[in-house]
Amino acid sequence: MFVARSIAADHKDLIHDVSYDFHGRRMATCSSDQSVKVWDKSENGEWHCTASWKTHSGSVWRVTWAHPEFGQVLASCSFDRTAAVWEEIVGESNDKQRGLSHWIKRTTLVDSRTSVTDVKFAPKHMGLMLTTCSADGVVRIYEAPDVMNLSQWSLQHEISCKLSCSCISWNPSSSRAHPPMFAVGSDDSNVTYGGKVQIYEYNENTRKYAKAETLMTVTDAVHDIAFAPNLGRSFHVLAIATKDVRIFKLVPMRKESTSTGPTKFEVQIVAQFDNHNSQVWRVSWNITSTLLASSGDDGCVRLWKANYMDNWKCTGILKGDGSPLTGSSGQPSAMSTVLGSSVQSSQNALNGMSAGSQKSQHLTS
Amino acid sequence: MEEVDVEPTITNIPAISDGKHMGFAWGPGDILVYETRYKASGASGSGCSFIHEIRKDEDIYSPILRKLFNESHHIFVGLQTIREDLPSKSKKPQFVSISKNYRSVIRACMEELQQVAGNTFENMLLLVSILLAIELIWNLCEVLFIDAAPAGSLLLHLLDWVRLHKADVDEKAREVLQSESPAEHRDYWDVVVSYVLQGRLEEVRQMLVKQANLQPAARSMYKQMDTLLSKMPFYNPGGTQTLTEFDVKWRHWHEEVDRCLQDNSFASNRHLELICKILLGDEDTLLDHKELLGTWYHFLVTRLLFCHPTVKLTELHYYAQVYHILTSFSILESLLPIFTKPCVCVCVCVFSFGSNLREFLLLEYASGLFTHHSLWQLAVDYFDHCPEFGRVYLELQIERVPLETERKALKVLRVCEQRQMSEQVRSICKIMAMRALRNNRLGSALSWSIRAKDAAFATLISERFLQDYCAKGTFSDLDLIDNLGPAMLLSDRLTFLGKYREFHKLYGEKRFREAAKLLLSLMTAKIAPQSFWMTLLTDALPLLEQKEVIFTADQTYELMFCLEELTSSLNITASSTDRPMQEEDVEVTKVELLRLALARNLAQAIVKEGTVEI
Repeated sequence: MFVARSIAADHKDLIHDVSYDFHGRRMATCSSDQSVKVWDKSENGEWHCTASWKTHSGSVWRVTWAHPEFGQVLASCSFDRTAAVWEEIVGESNDKQRGLSHWIKRTTLVDSRTSVTDVKFAPKHMGLMLTTCSADGVVRIYEAPDVMNLSQWSLQHEISCKLSCSCISWNPSSSRAHPPMFAVGSDDSNVTYGGKVQIYEYNENTRKYAKAETLMTVTDAVHDIAFAPNLGRSFHVLAIATKDVRIFKLVPMRKESTSTGPTKFEVQIVAQFDNHNSQVWRVSWNITSTLLASSGDDGCVRLWKANYMDNWKCTGILKGDGSPLTGSSGQPSAMSTVLGSSVQSSQNALNGMSAGSQKSQHLTS
Repeated sequence: MEEVDVEPTITNIPAISDGKHMGFAWGPGDILVYETRYKASGASGSGCSFIHEIRKDEDIYSPILRKLFNESHHIFVGLQTIREDLPSKSKKPQFVSISKNYRSVIRACMEELQQVAGNTFENMLLLVSILLAIELIWNLCEVLFIDAAPAGSLLLHLLDWVRLHKADVDEKAREVLQSESPAEHRDYWDVVVSYVLQGRLEEVRQMLVKQANLQPAARSMYKQMDTLLSKMPFYNPGGTQTLTEFDVKWRHWHEEVDRCLQDNSFASNRHLELICKILLGDEDTLLDHKELLGTWYHFLVTRLLFCHPTVKLTELHYYAQVYHILTSFSILESLLPIFTKPCVCVCVCVFSFGSNLREFLLLEYASGLFTHHSLWQLAVDYFDHCPEFGRVYLELQIERVPLETERKALKVLRVCEQRQMSEQVRSICKIMAMRALRNNRLGSALSWSIRAKDAAFATLISERFLQDYCAKGTFSDLDLIDNLGPAMLLSDRLTFLGKYREFHKLYGEKRFREAAKLLLSLMTAKIAPQSFWMTLLTDALPLLEQKEVIFTADQTYELMFCLEELTSSLNITASSTDRPMQEEDVEVTKVELLRLALARNLAQAIVKEGTVEI
């Protein structure tokens, strides 16, 4: 792997979150400098900052994009106890020429009494729904019934998780085989009780979310949580960032026809890695759920991959080395090839090749 | 079947200090990283960090590789169409030919890469070495599994394979032969031994002649060696000799060579004695020359050539194991990491090897292609041939293809529509419709909503059209509305829009009676929203004021009824709303005008209908 490009982020304080939009052509960054910046990728691959504005009166922890079916919409959450929804307004033509766009606030969600630690949009098949979680242990689900009027949001569900919440993740699956479901992680540091990850499921009858599962084996503070894209499987895969990286498999058990409660799950641990040797702060899946990335206290980002037999292992490490940024754009480093052959033997092979080129006639036989 | 443990590669990121936290975000084909600090409570740090875009090493943007991808894709698609029901006997030559085709495509790519000069030399060398490895393994797999030659031929193919990939000996030989005194060149014996190891005995004999000429005293010894070399039997698959006959002949020869060794015929010349030992396939001697052999597979083939030339395919596994070589399956396994590089054509696995591994690799390869702005179209075919996960992978990834232009969106849509991926079709159309709407391109937004079969959105856009009409007095995007056809039925509002426009057309063509009928039906059939009725009635005014009577008496009664319905509902609301006096005045005037016009029309219509033409 190599550094293809480095973008000067220009925030005046620490960046807390970077989020790509659905198509990977735009990104949003948020920072302790209380602002959000939106960047657009041009055709030649260069990033340009097209908007930068103050969003909150405290550090902005997370920023996330809504699905493009709803237009260009962002949500942010902050230490200032609020979450906000922003929509891009198509500006005057001269603005466009200057490469600028405007974002206006559509709504502020002020229900939380404490810092709002995560904000996520629910899967698009559920409509335009926004979920927040706070340090006060409450998960709130808001809905905008009219997609064309983003200033109207109603609080649909308020769920008390009893423990301070740090992260939420929706199961992205839109299959009718299972109801909407999300997971909440708690960064409560008291290890005497487990259950730092709770799974909630929507019940069609009561029209409410009910707790379906608590992962009792997770006793340490959880900093991040991520459902993997579903890929048509009958079970769910959940990655957790805690004192190590853990991957769980949740297998729904057959429901009795008379049962009206939430689905019961069989919880299996698929993998556990403590390579970070410390706290793991973020986990995230790539689009096809073939790669998991994690970031830890050791300052590294690790990439995890399963082989075709479903054995997980680390396939790459990104490590800061503190070296100054060079002027040239990245060149791929001469990594040691898995063949074990050095560049020299490649040279030999090349020589061998050219000598043997007359042999290519062999192939036409 | 253990996988070789490969250490994870470490990539150093500049401008992030050792020990600082690193945040990341997955993107299409890359990952963004940045310096940050994760802490339970709010943290402040220095600003102005960098965000780094990290990519994997493959150069899928290289135009040379692009050709490789395109050509291999073409072969792949052709392979899939080979009919399943053909007996394997007739399929085999086709498979062999396809395999050769793939390999020549790879070799062509390698040659092109070599010709390209440039500062990406290191990267290019890496690519070439990977392609070399692929072709090597492929060739072996072709020999072992696709061609699957019987005993006798098998060794010949293996020998060919070794010779093809150990071509550097010819380079050395050329150097030696071009020198002043080849037989005295320091590499002379290396070349000779290498030729022996590859079973190229003709060349050995030619080289030895030169040495023999230098040493007339040893002429008889060289003659003896020459005879031995010339008599070594090689199996001729096309010939009349059976395998057994060949085996017998070969054993006789082998015994003869052994006798020469035991007789110390070559004892005085260590080089010739060495050659003799190699001809006997002596393991220790071969191991002594592992530098010339270079690889374990060369060693294996040479040993087989001089010990067991009638080796069968099934025995090969045994021999491989005996020499601590991984089983044939694990050959692939150990080199698996190579296959996961997107620039690799994984089509070896297209042929066989258990559907799990094949599909796994195909999915991986195709996913890598998907991040490219045009190669994604190739990837679609690969996904189509992955029975288990191909479709869901395609669904996930095709949604993410950026829709920069309408043309690209249509391309993506075509792929989805061909595969009945209706949810993806709907989603893409909705995204395009939303984008058009935000940019106030109502016509485009409408046509995308229709394609998405999104009734709600179509209603919304129709409303906008109508509002525009009310404001400006004209329609935009007339072409679109005029040619809606059955799509009009998607939503009530859309139907109204279409029919309303039809009314205007009829009026414009002076087909007043039809226009009048349509206008009335819009209200009576409740196609028009009541909010629009005033506009419609106002539209009726010019028809009412024509010299000729257009609305019949019955129709006029209906119009009057509509007007009363409208005014009574307005009256209920009028009292509660705060409308400026002027507006109310205008409304009142309008209503008065209408009542007058309707009354007059009614009178005229009654008269006309009651009149009998004499």
